[in-house]
Amino acid sequence: MSPILFWFFTILMLGFGLAVVFNSNPVASALSLVVSFIGLAALFFQLDAYFIGTIQVLVYAGAVMVLFLFIIMLLDLKAERRRRLNLLAFGGGLVVVGAFVAQLMAVLHRFPAGSRPFPALTTSPDDVREVGTALFTTFNLPFQVVGTLILVATIGVIVLSKRELK
Amino acid sequence: MVTLNDYLLASGLLFAIGFAGVLLRRNIIIIFMCLELMLNAANLSLVAFSRFNLVNGLPNYNAQVFVFFIITVAAAEVAVGLAIIVALYRSRRTTHVEDINSLKF
Repeated sequence: MSPILFWFFTILMLGFGLAVVFNSNPVASALSLVVSFIGLAALFFQLDAYFIGTIQVLVYAGAVMVLFLFIIMLLDLKAERRRRLNLLAFGGGLVVVGAFVAQLMAVLHRFPAGSRPFPALTTSPDDVREVGTALFTTFNLPFQVVGTLILVATIGVIVLSKRELK
Repeated sequence: MVTLNDYLLASGLLFAIGFAGVLLRRNIIIIFMCLELMLNAANLSLVAFSRFNLVNGLPNYNAQVFVFFIITVAAAEVAVGLAIIVALYRSRRTTHVEDINSLKF
């Protein structure tokens, strides 16, 4: 875990995360989101979670982003026109986010275990095998439930996308 | 030296960015993207803790299975959410949340 790579990818992730929030064009936001997720996948790789990093790239940078771009193009959204900003809501949002960050800093400050370095792995990680074994033995029932959830979601999307909702 | 706190800080800041987006933006698709940012911030801290708490010299893979489930459910959620947005756009011709106020008191 080299610090240079860690900070590079963290700044990439956070910078493009900010770009998602502050771009007025939805297509630019969606593309910033892809870069942000790729930075996040690189952080997963540095944590020796190769399987999670790979499915992060496949599912988010691949499938989910194509879906977002597809919907943006389908709805033909233009860049947002300037509306009168609701200053009360804007200020309230900033206060809540500031309070959240302050609380985060306070919690991390009082968490001494977190400043210890990561322990070294004693064996080389074989994480696809390990995750797969856990998935099909210990977590077999949740896995089946998630499969059912995806089936229900597919049917739900088809019903929602029909022209006439009865 | 990168410590667990650095990862938790990165995760918390990513969550804060997503949170800010949900509160400050008024375009429903951008709000939805920011929800994804928040979900992924939670995933980052789960994976960091999994790497920090070794079991027999390997990361705790239960956390990674949990992250796998979160990613799966998030993908299903994106599909359903975008279908709802399309249905909403068909009936209301808008993606601006302040135009959608029929439940407002």
